[in-house]
Amino acid sequence: MSVPVSSTSSGDVSARRGLRPRRAASRHWEDRLWLASSRAAVTIPLVGLTFVVIVLFFKAWPAIQVNGPGYLSRSTWQIGNLYGGIQHIHGVEIPQGANYGAWPLIAGTLQSSVIALIVAVPLSLGTAFALTERLPRWIAQPLGFFVEILAAIPSVVIGLWGGLVLGPFLSAHVYPLVANHVPNVPVLNYFRGYVGQGEGLLTSGLILGFMIIPIIAATTRDLFNQVPSLPKEGAEALGFTEAEVARRITIPWVRSGIVGATILGFGRALGETMAVAMVSGSIQGHLANNIYGTMTTIAATIVTQLDSSFTDATGFALANLAELGLILAVISILVNFGARTIVSRTSKYRAPLGRA
Amino acid sequence: MSGVDTVRVSTAWRRGKAHGFRALTYLALLFVVGPAILLFVNVAAQAIPHWSWSVLTTVPLGNGGGLENAILGTLVIMFGVLLLGGTTGVLAGIFLSEFVSVNRKGKERGGVLRASIDVLAGFPSIVLGYVGYVALAVGLHWGFSLLSALIVLSLMVVPYITKATETALRQVPTTYREGAEALGMRMGYSLRKVTLKTALPGIVTGLLLAESITVGETAPLLYTAGISNGLPTWQLVHQPIGYLTYYVWTDWNQPFPSLHYLSYDASLILLVMILTLLVVSRLIVSRSQRHSESGR
Repeated sequence: MSVPVSSTSSGDVSARRGLRPRRAASRHWEDRLWLASSRAAVTIPLVGLTFVVIVLFFKAWPAIQVNGPGYLSRSTWQIGNLYGGIQHIHGVEIPQGANYGAWPLIAGTLQSSVIALIVAVPLSLGTAFALTERLPRWIAQPLGFFVEILAAIPSVVIGLWGGLVLGPFLSAHVYPLVANHVPNVPVLNYFRGYVGQGEGLLTSGLILGFMIIPIIAATTRDLFNQVPSLPKEGAEALGFTEAEVARRITIPWVRSGIVGATILGFGRALGETMAVAMVSGSIQGHLANNIYGTMTTIAATIVTQLDSSFTDATGFALANLAELGLILAVISILVNFGARTIVSRTSKYRAPLGRA
Repeated sequence: MSGVDTVRVSTAWRRGKAHGFRALTYLALLFVVGPAILLFVNVAAQAIPHWSWSVLTTVPLGNGGGLENAILGTLVIMFGVLLLGGTTGVLAGIFLSEFVSVNRKGKERGGVLRASIDVLAGFPSIVLGYVGYVALAVGLHWGFSLLSALIVLSLMVVPYITKATETALRQVPTTYREGAEALGMRMGYSLRKVTLKTALPGIVTGLLLAESITVGETAPLLYTAGISNGLPTWQLVHQPIGYLTYYVWTDWNQPFPSLHYLSYDASLILLVMILTLLVVSRLIVSRSQRHSESGR
């Protein structure tokens, strides 16, 4: 850098980075328009987010009152008799016999996202290694771009492929192999039993993993590129093999960045809607019997049930979905905050494209 | 640090592990790239044999027809998001890079604003769609309409545009701004003619990425834009609008082959649109890197 060292303190230098509109000279209408409009624009995400959370909360309030804290642990999903009488609970009108529980949905959301992580993290790390350390530049660059593109494939298209091609293929050729050969011991017996038609927990998890791989892999690749080569070369000069350099130098160097990207991918998986709605089997009210069993997630339930919730004249079905949305929003806000704090502490983070 | 404990391990074993590691990384790459290629091939193989150009020029009719309404509708939505979300996002990025004030410790203010942008970037899109439906379509009596769809989608992509704009502006050297100021340029003039002009490739890339998200979005549109088999109009409220992802979502498990073809046709058009957007943005990046000063 050829910036001449002046007598200004470092605080002054950082203050000079921007355009400093508060100069006395900036009285021109254009200057004031830039300032006013950009100031207004930057508040819009905050205002929008606050509005969304407030609307959700008010819409969910009747459901929160009726469902109570037991909502989080109940497994029922009865919409009640829509043509029968109307019950009053805590002053809220609900259809006779309506009884909702969120536990299978919360569990399904977490289960499918955890499966996605188990699949995506090793594959992303391996891909990032192959792209940064192994392959020559002329092939690594287009492949890296290809992996980035994957994040932008619409989730309905992935769902279409998962539902019509991948799911049926796996349930016909892969799942039976696993289900018939896994020993009947406590943890592994979850992998035994009826494998279904390809719609279910494992297919959802695999599809979600496929969707978050680009996010984790692209971030990890950028992180690996930031690792300086001197320590790696030094380690190799000391006789480290490639695998030992990876395990002892490269990964520890950017570990928290990888953790952050992973949590970010987890957040995406939690909120993913369309693909899961298409490959999960969309069964409310009970947990998957085994890892192949049909299930659903919070997001998929909202998208598939919103239509039919209009038929509930008391509006309780709609309020119930708002409460689900609120739960999902809280989970994803917590997860995202965790990821952003971890990432921002370590590296200049580039938000990957593609979203839940 | 453990480094001493490996002394006794035989070289052959360590070399074997290195080979295994190398094989595993290639295997991982294969498992990532392979399914993706299969997906592209599958969509193309299902769509192209039954492809007819009338898909582009007719509207859905019964169990067949075309996708003209959806293609035009998607373009209208893209344009609207560019107008609404693009303006908001770029202006917000300008604020965060240029105008944000510094507190007494020399740190930048606006932490809450940044946090809200980060949270919004990871917010579940279906929840935004739900709120758009409840608050805009029902609460404000707009019905399924272009405007409620645009507001929800814009809110969704603003974080991405803001991030891209801020990053692009921060890469503009401070000396440019100082030079402009030394020449006596007004703040607005130097922002327009110097800073934004230099950062333009980065900003356009961000906008294109946001457009690619817009094209592929389904969940927030289902209950804000509704669906219409008619051609899109420019009416903002009380008029549903069609879009491509809807036909993938509704037609994929219908028992009519003609609808399956429509579903795959819509997928193919979506993939082509998104690939075009991403390739153009990549070209802009590489061009601007070639013309930029060294060391950027």
